[in-house]
Amino acid sequence: MNYATATIQTSGQIALPAWRSRVLFVLLMTGLVVLLGRAVYLQGIHNDFLQQEGDARYGRVVEIHAHRGMITDRHGEPLAVSTPVESVWASPGDVEISSTQISQLAQIIGMNPAEVKSKLATSREFVYLKRQLPPEQAAKVVKLGIPGISLQREYRRYYPGGEVTAHLIGFTDVDDNGQEGIELALQGQLGGKAGSQQVIKDRRGFIVEDVASLRAPKAGVDVALSIDSKIQSLAFREIRQAVERNKAKGGSIVVLDAKTGEVLALANWPSYNSNNRDKPGMAVLRNHAVTDQFEPGSTMKPFTIATALEAGKIKPNTVIDTSGGVFTVNGRTIHDTHPERFLTVAQIIQKSSNVGTAKIALSLPPETLWHGLSEDGFGSLTGSEFPGEAEGKLRDYRKWRPIEQATMSYGNGISVNLLQLARAYTVFANNGELKPITLLKQETPALGVKVYSDATAQAVRDMMETVVRPGGTAPLAQITGYRVAGKTGTAHKLENGKYVNRYVASFVGMAPASNPRLIVAVMVNEPGGRDYYGGLVAAPVFSNVMGAALRMLSVPNDAPLDNVLQAPGEVVGEEV
Amino acid sequence: MARLNVLLLAIVIACALGVVTSQHKARKLFVELQKEKDRAQQMDVEWGQLQLEQGSLAMPARVENLASRQLQMQMPQSGQIRYIRIGSGAAAQP
Repeated sequence: MNYATATIQTSGQIALPAWRSRVLFVLLMTGLVVLLGRAVYLQGIHNDFLQQEGDARYGRVVEIHAHRGMITDRHGEPLAVSTPVESVWASPGDVEISSTQISQLAQIIGMNPAEVKSKLATSREFVYLKRQLPPEQAAKVVKLGIPGISLQREYRRYYPGGEVTAHLIGFTDVDDNGQEGIELALQGQLGGKAGSQQVIKDRRGFIVEDVASLRAPKAGVDVALSIDSKIQSLAFREIRQAVERNKAKGGSIVVLDAKTGEVLALANWPSYNSNNRDKPGMAVLRNHAVTDQFEPGSTMKPFTIATALEAGKIKPNTVIDTSGGVFTVNGRTIHDTHPERFLTVAQIIQKSSNVGTAKIALSLPPETLWHGLSEDGFGSLTGSEFPGEAEGKLRDYRKWRPIEQATMSYGNGISVNLLQLARAYTVFANNGELKPITLLKQETPALGVKVYSDATAQAVRDMMETVVRPGGTAPLAQITGYRVAGKTGTAHKLENGKYVNRYVASFVGMAPASNPRLIVAVMVNEPGGRDYYGGLVAAPVFSNVMGAALRMLSVPNDAPLDNVLQAPGEVVGEEV
Repeated sequence: MARLNVLLLAIVIACALGVVTSQHKARKLFVELQKEKDRAQQMDVEWGQLQLEQGSLAMPARVENLASRQLQMQMPQSGQIRYIRIGSGAAAQP
């Protein structure tokens, strides 16, 4: 500039008009102001657009997985654990794959090459090739380095117990939501809530900065069940053996802690392996011990007797005229297999006399009997909160006819689920107190409801001890070193409103009888062998499970070790 | 006045460079943190798998099988069990 002016001045030419430099100056300044204004506009006033573009390039929202809680038994042994697995997915448009790679890939993920090809042939943007692959196999897929095929981390539930705990624990679906059993019942606690986080990622996909946490992840809570996995395994093995030995359709077993109402074991056979993705039909999936109701038969009798004792109608040594084992009510005849002229109340329980029980029941007003049975928990849920629990059926006493009242007293015309039946026996184990049932480990025992007086509960327990002695219906339920109190049941099955010659054999008992610690209820559905009496089919299962469980828990003996007595002849069968 | 301006300019430039370096350091540390977090998660996963493995190895049915088949162990018969009552000092006769 100086130079230019100087040249002009020295050369003596006329200076350029002053407006030219002014115009130039104004133009430059205007340009500057426009630029500044644009900058302020973009960065200050209207900055959403640039922010958006920047976010689109570097900002990402990532999901933060929340772990599903673990299910353990009462000692902390895992029964259901979530571990990560990889799912292989492809965006078919981007896949470049040779036919050798297809067969390699197919081999790793365990599919045939044609299947892989057909999956890749879709027009979709996203297709799962294989879900839930173990990490080692997933690593091999990555090694193939096929463009367009990637992994996605997912979580899968594993059940170390497999078929032993299948009905109890249930399972989750492929998206980790509970579908059956405990997994479904406690979905709210177990299921985590995934969180999300806004982050900045660099070119290589590493997170370089946390921007904001949009939602904090909430991990699922671990749940400790009341189950003892050793007793569970024992119970499962025994019920399975019993079902197979008796060629039965199925069987269920429940072990309760008599003092707290906690379920220590609950098993059914047939069972299934809950780790397999392919599930069997509903008949095998159902937890029969809880979701099915059946007519209990004679296992009902102790409650009728206890209600009558409580009402003061009878005493344990009252003699009842059992009229030679035949008794007609409303034109229908009730029989006893072993007819006797007279039986005491205790003998009625020991021999499982239908006539005796019916006569005692008919001496009570319907309302009293109904009230007694209802208080024992029949016809209402046990409180286990197991999904799909059957409520059982105890009909309104105002509609009872005498014959119905009579048959109900020995367990016909009333239905229960096995857990309900086991729970009802807590009244005899706890001096008349009915305990609520729980599948969760309890720190302090739950409060029960007093149903019968101490004396009544004790008297019925004494009667039930005679059941396992020679002359009773279940000498096979005896256990070395422990006193046992229990009751057999054998009931015709009801099909389309008619009783058929297929049976449900059951046994419910408690031990040690001096101060019961455990209650075991066994039910065998349609034994197909020679034997179908509860005392022959279900009682041995009870004896094996109860004996081993008491030893596992180091419960002190309450009987000498030579207490098991052989029955002189055949086991007393009961009328069904 | 001019010298003060130059000084201020120098300070501003130094600060700006400082911001850049510390941002860089922060990002590096953050990446480090992410790696450690990933490692922690990896270990968590491994812990779960080990628990699962232990659980399946310790299944009562398996243990019982091994004890009876491989080690030839058996449940004691009732006559073989002797109970010791604490306090009595002597073993109770079965």
